Formats: sequence, C-alpha cells, structure tokens
Amino acid sequence: MSIIEIENLTYTYPGGKKPSIDDISLKVNKGEFVLITGPSGCGKTTLCRCFNGLIPNFYQGELKGEITVKGLKTSSKQTYELAKYVGLVFQNPENQLFALSIEKDVAFGLENLGVNRKDIRKRVDWALKQVGIYDLRERSPHEVSGGQQQRVAIASVLAMRPELIVLDEPTSFLDPLSAEKIFKVIHELNTKLGITVVLVEHRLDLTARYSDRIIIMDKGKICQDGKPRKILISEETRLLGVGIPKATLLYHMLTKDGCNLDNSIPLSSEELASFLKESLETHD
Amino acid sequence: MIEVENVSFSYPNNIEALKDASLLINDGEFVAIMGQNGAGKTTLVKHFNGLLKPSKGIVRIDHVETTKTSVAALAKDSGFVFQNPDHQLFSETVEEEIAFALKNFGFEKDIIEKRITWSLNLLGLSQYRKTSPFLLSGGERKRVALASVLAWNPKTLILDEPTIGQDHRQKENLRQFIIQMQTQKKTVVIVTHDVEFVAECNPRVLLMKDGTIVADGEGKEILTNPELLNQSSIVLPQIAKIFHSLSSYGLPKNVIDLYEAKNILLKVLEERK
Repeated sequence: MSIIEIENLTYTYPGGKKPSIDDISLKVNKGEFVLITGPSGCGKTTLCRCFNGLIPNFYQGELKGEITVKGLKTSSKQTYELAKYVGLVFQNPENQLFALSIEKDVAFGLENLGVNRKDIRKRVDWALKQVGIYDLRERSPHEVSGGQQQRVAIASVLAMRPELIVLDEPTSFLDPLSAEKIFKVIHELNTKLGITVVLVEHRLDLTARYSDRIIIMDKGKICQDGKPRKILISEETRLLGVGIPKATLLYHMLTKDGCNLDNSIPLSSEELASFLKESLETHD
Repeated sequence: MIEVENVSFSYPNNIEALKDASLLINDGEFVAIMGQNGAGKTTLVKHFNGLLKPSKGIVRIDHVETTKTSVAALAKDSGFVFQNPDHQLFSETVEEEIAFALKNFGFEKDIIEKRITWSLNLLGLSQYRKTSPFLLSGGERKRVALASVLAWNPKTLILDEPTIGQDHRQKENLRQFIIQMQTQKKTVVIVTHDVEFVAECNPRVLLMKDGTIVADGEGKEILTNPELLNQSSIVLPQIAKIFHSLSSYGLPKNVIDLYEAKNILLKVLEERK
C-alpha cells in the first residue's frame, strides 16, 4: 500500500525561472525506507516540502500535478492536518525551534493534537531519550550547539509518532558518532514501529545500508530509482557525481582489476571487510 | 602565522569553552580541527580573526596580539565562513552579497567586478549571479558565503563545517580549491566532522575534547587511531575501518586512502592465490 503518491508534479518557486521539481511521479510504500540523494540544488528539499503540504500551503509559486499523502490531497489539506501523519525534520534546525525550553519544544506538537498531559510527558521523555538529550530538557533550544538543536528537531518529530517521517539531512551538524546513533534510531523506528522513512542525504557511507530503495535526483527530475546495491554500482550513478560509499567504490575497483570477491555488492565497510576476510581465508 | 599561547575562554554564562589551549599554525598550512559537538572548535577558530578575545593567554596573528587591534583590521587577512550560511547572508542578489565586503575594503569598481566573476566561476555559481541567495538551496547558500569571503583574497581562510550540504562533486572541488590555496602559501583552517573529507585531504589534524587540544598530528595517523577518535566522538573513516578489521591478516592499520587501499589489497589477494 502506498503512503505517498505523486503524479506529474511540477513546481516553480515564486520568482524562479525554471521549475525546481520537473514532472516527477513517485510512489512510496508504507513501511519503506527511501533514501533520496543527488547534487546540491537538484530539488530534494523542495520535494520534502511537498510531502507535508508546506508546498503549496506555505510556499507560493506554481504547482502542477497531484500529490496525496495517506490518501489526503496535500493541496486541499492544511499543513496542521497533515502533521498528524507526516513529520518533517528540516535541514536547518533553527528554522523549526522556538520554545523556551527543549522539552516544551518537543511537547508543542502533542499539545496541539490534544494529547493528554500524562501521555505527553511519556512521549516527550521517550523522544528525548531516543536522541540522547534527556539531560538537556530544561535548557533553551537556542543556547545549545547546532548538533544538539538537530537532535531537538528530531525529537519533536519522533514524539508525534507520525506514520511517515521525512528528514532533510538531519544530522549534518552532528559529530560522526552522534550521526551514526541517530541513523540507527531512525532505522529502528522503521523496522520496529513500521514508520515509513524518507531520508535526504549526501552521506551514503552512513545511510545506504539502512535503505530499501535509493532515489537519485538531478535538475528537478528523478533519474535513478531502485535497490541500493544496483543503483550504487551503476555507471550512471557515478557519472552523476553522487558520493558512493568508499566500500562500494573499493569493491568496484578491486573486481575491475580482476579480484573475484564472489559476493553481492557491499554498502558498508563492515560488509566489505567480511567479504575480504572470506577471500583471505579461502586463499590461505 | 597564528600563535595561540595558553588560551582559555569563558562565555558570559561561565561555561569554559577553551582551557589552556596552545598551538602554532604556519603560513600555507592546511589544518582540520575535529572533535565532538561542544568541544570548543568554533570557539577556538573565532580567536583566529579576533571575533573572540582570550579570557586568559595570548593570540597573535602575524605577530600582532588580537587584543591590541580591531576585528576590522584582522578581517581583511582572515576570511571566516560560518557554519550556518544564513548567519552571514543578507543581500538581495548573490552579486551584491559578494560585492559588499569588497566595497567596504575600498576596492575599485572594475576590480570588484572581476573578483565577483572569478569567485562565482570558481564555486560554480555564475548562473545565480542575479538571483536572491534565499532562493538557493542550503548547499548553494553555503557556497555563496564562501565566494563572498574568497573574493577579497584573504591570507587565511577559516571554514566552519564547509562540507555540510555539499554533494560529492562540490566536496571534490573544495578539496582542489584548498590545494590551490596552499600552493599560494595561504593558510586554510577547517572545522569539520566530515571524516571522509579529511581522509581524502590528509591535512594536519587537531583533535579537541572539552575545550582542550588532545591530539595534533598528521591526518593519516590520527584518523587511524580508534581510541583517540572514540573519546572525541569521531569514527574511523570507511577505509580505515576495513583495514582495522583485517589487521589480523597482517595488513597495515594506518590506511585512509582509497587508491592505497586498492593496491595493498590487490597485492595481498594476488599473493594468496
């Protein structure tokens, strides 16, 4: 069953000369983990803004085509109605934080949905713990570091327990260890709670392993869409200048030079290391 | 030359963000400052152009103490590009954004024109010359911020998280650009979490933790030391990770370069045949 359905979507920002999204059609199934990548400025963020109705309800401009999320037409629903089902984590956390304390920021969405006090407390604490900022809950979101703000933004969305989470480079300000942890949390939300995930990322090194599907955009269009292993080894992907995981690249270089590693294509260094171990052992 | 001698710094809320830090950066060096969120990286580099003055200790830029000169005087020699481009962009068009500092520094009109064209070309932004920075993507805005600083050709470039939001190709351009800066004897200091980018560049690496510098050395050595990295919330680069898990097969641990990795592995796999 699909949770997002887009048909022939074209969108141009006010004052924009060309469309940022150019005739995109796309279906995302419930429970999928979809990774969207592509050169900067290719329309990834714009597409995210369509998923929760920010386009066209907040951003003006010219929109053609149809987009439904959980069966609701985003053009005729208000963003707050969609917010029950879709959580959006922005690239720049400052754009979405505003409350006096971190826990109030995280509780805000739940208060608006009319969740009772006891449940709000429970869900806020849970979300704060998931992203490792429970101890900071009484601090102002504006006095913590950029990386911590990113965690607040993620917690605010997690607390809503939406069916679909859309994350636009959600860990760009975080240190690598914290980023790895956040991606693991997102992966768990997907596998354990069945939340559909749409993740926009350049760093496939950290994320490709969790995805069921990779979509590559360029110049407002979708130019690749398929299984991660197939997409990341293809010549077309490399020509687009996408940051292929080093392990996948190294595998490609080794097999091209005649090494027979006899395995499927690795998406992470752990996978490649285990393939190499096998080869080193069989040759012993 | 940047000299930092026993510098401590506390913010008004009494949080001590730097504790007795000392270092020396020579002209033409490429230094990456790494460490976890809140380790004091940005606080440290803000001392390099006088945006912050030490609570204790001394910072000298080309032998001049930063407490004895103005930020305006220091700014011409050290260009600072912030982590969040929205903290520095404000003009109606990309072109005006870049012209702003140049006008302030009193450059001639035709030079301003040339510099704008040059810096936009360098960063692949020429097509956006007349566009509002706020219509651009996050990654593109980041490059506008960089272009506006490059345009006045500072001696030292300080880039706070320059690879955020940049795709693979832009990162490669950035790397090439930094190499070019080095050949002109310019100093480049980056603050970054991007281990893969640092592994590709192999600069001098300063590792920070809780306001102190805990390691200072060649990228290849620091980025392949998991104990050291772990305490700063940094992870091994992908290639180093592979070699660490294969070390029981007699492979070296200090490998971060893709091509070096390929050659070593080809040789080992060939020998075992």
